[in-house]
Amino acid sequence: MNEKVRMEGIFKRFPGVIANDGVDLDIREGEIHALLGENGAGKTTLMCVLAGIYSPDAGTILIDGEKALIRSPRDAIRAGIGMVHQHFMLVVPYSVAENVTLGLNKPRFLLNERKLEAEVGTVAQSFGIQVDPHAKIWQLSVGEQQRVEILKSLYRGAKILILDEPTAVLTPQEVRELFVTLRQMAKAGHTLVIISHKLEEVMALSDRISVMRKGKRIATVNTKDTNPTELARLMVGREMLFELHKEKSIPGDEVLSFNNLHALSDKGLPALRDISLSVRSKEIVGIAGVAGNGQRELAEVITGLRPATSGKVLVNGKDVTNNSPRQVIDQGVAHIPEDRKGTGTAPNLCVLDNLMLKCYRVEPFKNGPLLNLGRIREFAAKLVKQFQISTPSLETPVKLLSGGNVQKLILAREIATFSELMIAVHPTRGLDVGATEDVHQMLLEQRSKGAAILLISEDLDELLALSDRIDVIYEGKFMGEVPAEADQIETIGLMMAGKKGETQQPAPAGIGAQA
Amino acid sequence: MSIFLEKRAQSSRLLSALVPLLAIILALLIGAIIIALSGTNPWEAYREMFVGAFGSGYALSETMVKTIPLILCSLGVGIAFRATLWNIGAEGQLYMGAFAAGGIALAFPQGQGWWLIPLMVLASLVGGALWGLIPGFLKAKLNVNEIITSLLLNYVAILWFQYWIYGPWKDPLGYGFPYTAPFGEGAWLPTLAGTRIHLGLAFAVLAALFLYFLLKSTRVGYEIRIIGENPQAARYAGMNIPGTILLVFAISGGLAGLAGMGEVSGVIHRLQPAISPGFGYTAIIIAWLARFNPWLTIAVSFLFGGLLVGGYSLRAFGLSDSLVLILQGLILFLLLGGDILTRYSLRWKRSRA
Amino acid sequence: MTWEIVLATLAAAIKAGTPILYATLGEILAERTGILNLGLEGMMLIGALTGFLICSMSNDPWLGVLAAIISGGLLAMIHAFLTITLRAQQVVSGLALTMFGMGLSGFLGKVVIGVPISSYFRPFDFPFLSQIPFIGEVFFHQDALVYISYLLIPILSFWIYRTRPGLHMRAVGENPATADAMGISVSGIRYLYTFLGGCLAGLGGAYLSLAYTPVWLENMVAGRGWIAIALVIFASWDPFKALLGSYLFGLVDAVQFRAQALGLAVPSFFLNMTPYVATILVLVFATRETARRHLGAPAALGLPFAREEKT
Repeated sequence: MNEKVRMEGIFKRFPGVIANDGVDLDIREGEIHALLGENGAGKTTLMCVLAGIYSPDAGTILIDGEKALIRSPRDAIRAGIGMVHQHFMLVVPYSVAENVTLGLNKPRFLLNERKLEAEVGTVAQSFGIQVDPHAKIWQLSVGEQQRVEILKSLYRGAKILILDEPTAVLTPQEVRELFVTLRQMAKAGHTLVIISHKLEEVMALSDRISVMRKGKRIATVNTKDTNPTELARLMVGREMLFELHKEKSIPGDEVLSFNNLHALSDKGLPALRDISLSVRSKEIVGIAGVAGNGQRELAEVITGLRPATSGKVLVNGKDVTNNSPRQVIDQGVAHIPEDRKGTGTAPNLCVLDNLMLKCYRVEPFKNGPLLNLGRIREFAAKLVKQFQISTPSLETPVKLLSGGNVQKLILAREIATFSELMIAVHPTRGLDVGATEDVHQMLLEQRSKGAAILLISEDLDELLALSDRIDVIYEGKFMGEVPAEADQIETIGLMMAGKKGETQQPAPAGIGAQA
Repeated sequence: MSIFLEKRAQSSRLLSALVPLLAIILALLIGAIIIALSGTNPWEAYREMFVGAFGSGYALSETMVKTIPLILCSLGVGIAFRATLWNIGAEGQLYMGAFAAGGIALAFPQGQGWWLIPLMVLASLVGGALWGLIPGFLKAKLNVNEIITSLLLNYVAILWFQYWIYGPWKDPLGYGFPYTAPFGEGAWLPTLAGTRIHLGLAFAVLAALFLYFLLKSTRVGYEIRIIGENPQAARYAGMNIPGTILLVFAISGGLAGLAGMGEVSGVIHRLQPAISPGFGYTAIIIAWLARFNPWLTIAVSFLFGGLLVGGYSLRAFGLSDSLVLILQGLILFLLLGGDILTRYSLRWKRSRA
Repeated sequence: MTWEIVLATLAAAIKAGTPILYATLGEILAERTGILNLGLEGMMLIGALTGFLICSMSNDPWLGVLAAIISGGLLAMIHAFLTITLRAQQVVSGLALTMFGMGLSGFLGKVVIGVPISSYFRPFDFPFLSQIPFIGEVFFHQDALVYISYLLIPILSFWIYRTRPGLHMRAVGENPATADAMGISVSGIRYLYTFLGGCLAGLGGAYLSLAYTPVWLENMVAGRGWIAIALVIFASWDPFKALLGSYLFGLVDAVQFRAQALGLAVPSFFLNMTPYVATILVLVFATRETARRHLGAPAALGLPFAREEKT
């Protein structure tokens, strides 16, 4: 196979971090090349350099053996490179056809919607991509939006297609469909680069794998000559601890329950439709589902951040439906929010300010209308030590901490100030392996101390490892409940795609606590 | 070669201090060009301004007189900025404070009691606060853009103020001039011997102390800082955001109202159609320049007080004191541009080709 | 009131609404690309003064209008440079622009305050259309700048919704990162429309000094720039709704003016308040409506864009 792309000595520095430290990479024509590494290893940065989004501080790029000057996305498009980002680059109010032809000069001036849609439809068919050119983006499922993204690149004549974590938002079944499409494209002569941190996926799809760690390319191997264990070692730099020790636990009293809950999304559309569940103390209940199926809204309704249009939320038997966030917090509810920097912290303020976010108004940290700053300092210092938050000082702005340390700060604060119930939303998203292990350990510790935990996550492995039972949410409805056992993954996958499963009502006590 | 901006991990302290200074100097230079173009020697104009503002004991005391309302208004605008609220309505709140205090003074023309001044202070605080609460309420409860509402209310407040002066409160002995009757002396703020510097200066310093303490050591102050940095996090932490917005607008408006009281009770001693050369607007620049720090606000207010007083001396050259507004606008432009230098570093890059 | 007075008031409403209309259209262009420009008041003042100065020197109102358009656009370029290239805070930069425009127009305009000019835009009967009963009298006995505004509305609407440049312009305001990734020059488009927005604001200002009251007065824009900014929200960034809003305000203005002329018992101070109070009421209403119907502002409004920065 011919060498299609060659990147030499790519060096890219961001303020405070070196994202790419002299990376060499070669990609062959017609192959599926996986770029494997942990979050923050520099995979996305490297591909953004290739796609003209970042300009490198040093290094050269050769396409088809010739030196290519890629200084903007426009240059990249001209060189036949397209990229499908993890967060889709789509203009949400626009139609599929408008998105696909955005930035092109054909037609130059007048937009004839029908003609445009017909043209886009024809091209989509020729690549075997099924999508309605007339539909607006916000009407499409995530999987369909991804197809629009792929079509966008192909429509521009891309020969090299980069996909950044393409399976993160898909159901297991959608993943399979995507893989079929990608293999067809490779067979048709396209060159594909898949960015991923999931070993199984990379093993199943790719021809060759390049592993990155801390901004460097560690190795490139043929997929058929390697195995997940070797890849894991290359990725992390040590043996990974896959096993998590989960003790059996006998659930206690019901702490959280909600019945026939309804709520609207930000757009005013139904986001939760008639869902009911209860969580008891000493139990972790997982909520599985593809992002955007009502998970965020569920967490917000329970914590008082979003109104329920009907239904009831009970915490310890007390009705807290549509109470203010303050009232819910006072009931002993902790919340690890999805968006660490947008919701969980005020990133410009210091560690101290962020650790006191929930305790500042209770004894002994308040002093009438004043703050008892001495006490608060003591408390914060204790938490930093206890939870091993690595920060230069209590006065360091939170934005300078790593993602893992920010999450530890939030966990420390929430664990220190709550008593009964914890709502944890994507608690390990974007964290490296070490930090993920710490967070998992902390959650299990809380469980054994008697907490009731509602764990919302997209990561099936995480859900299976931590939960006692798992409910699957799809378009705001629960599709069914299964015990957290590895052999349920197929059932969960079907339910994530909207196929109603047989609810396997677990026994009332002592279930699903296998290690 | 091309220049581009790169974000600094932490903003540069040295530049943070230097940029405001450079902004003022550069603004004066550009102002000089405008003066020169209008046919006046800029050097002489600036010298006149400087002497008029800082060149004598009298000049300094007059500058101090203008500094008082500037401090109060800027503190008010600054506390709102801290909560990421834009109170562009300090001018109107100042007028409403003056209206309330003036109403009390006119109601007690013979008033000699110790209670009169405190009552006027209270009235001005309430008057300004209530006026500030209108945009505050609309923002807190209905999420209406407070920039536009607070600004439009300035026009309404000034028309309201003028209605009373041209109408019910017009001095019957004033030969038809649009003035109210002079206040009784009991309604005058005491002044520093031989100058027009009045007790309002003490109010201003106390207000700065109050805000400093509020932000640093109180629960409400902490809530204001969190809401200003990340309202989403404040909501998540169970803070009462609408309540805090109302409180901030009340404080902000009250301080501007107090500034209005200082002007009519300490300087003018009656009500007249115009009592402010745009203190409320200048306050926006001062608050921005002082980076919402109460102590810096005092220092910067003095500088801008000097600019206002100096502006009056320009009339001797037949120049409009609109030059002051030009300089203010320029300073703000340059400050904004300069801020970039503190947050980003300029880097040169050789283009690959 | 007699029929004639109603017609005259309506015609006056069009006239009073036209400067606000131009400014609102200008602001819509800028905001559609994500640039909030609170400097309308300043750009209108500069437009009013430049137009007046050039017209009084050349005796050609068209030359005056041209100068006003250019000066408004140039002033907007300061805002563009600060907010697009230097990524400065858009609110503060707009406020600075207003102050600067107020100061500069006051400073340079001092010599011509109250000076009358002989040639300005006078109303004339539009051929044929002025014969239509009612409509002719209200809409087609106006000056040339009003007629141009009639043309501008459908042109802008067509441009924004039906053409490729319009598609790109809206994409930049909705999702600059995507527009950039698709090879559209985000900065270029933002500069262009901020400039055009300034041009229209300058034109709106010139309407005041060359048609509405052909004279220069300090601060003669009197808050119309701010009213226009509020109207953009009312219009939900749509040219036709901007027309509706502006004429509504023209009507408030015309009615209060008429009431003053008739010596109504209400003091003029209160009548003068009505446009400002009405704007606030309309803004409250518009805010609730846009929230209820999810008619958001351009998603990237007020946010700087830099390719290599993750937000």
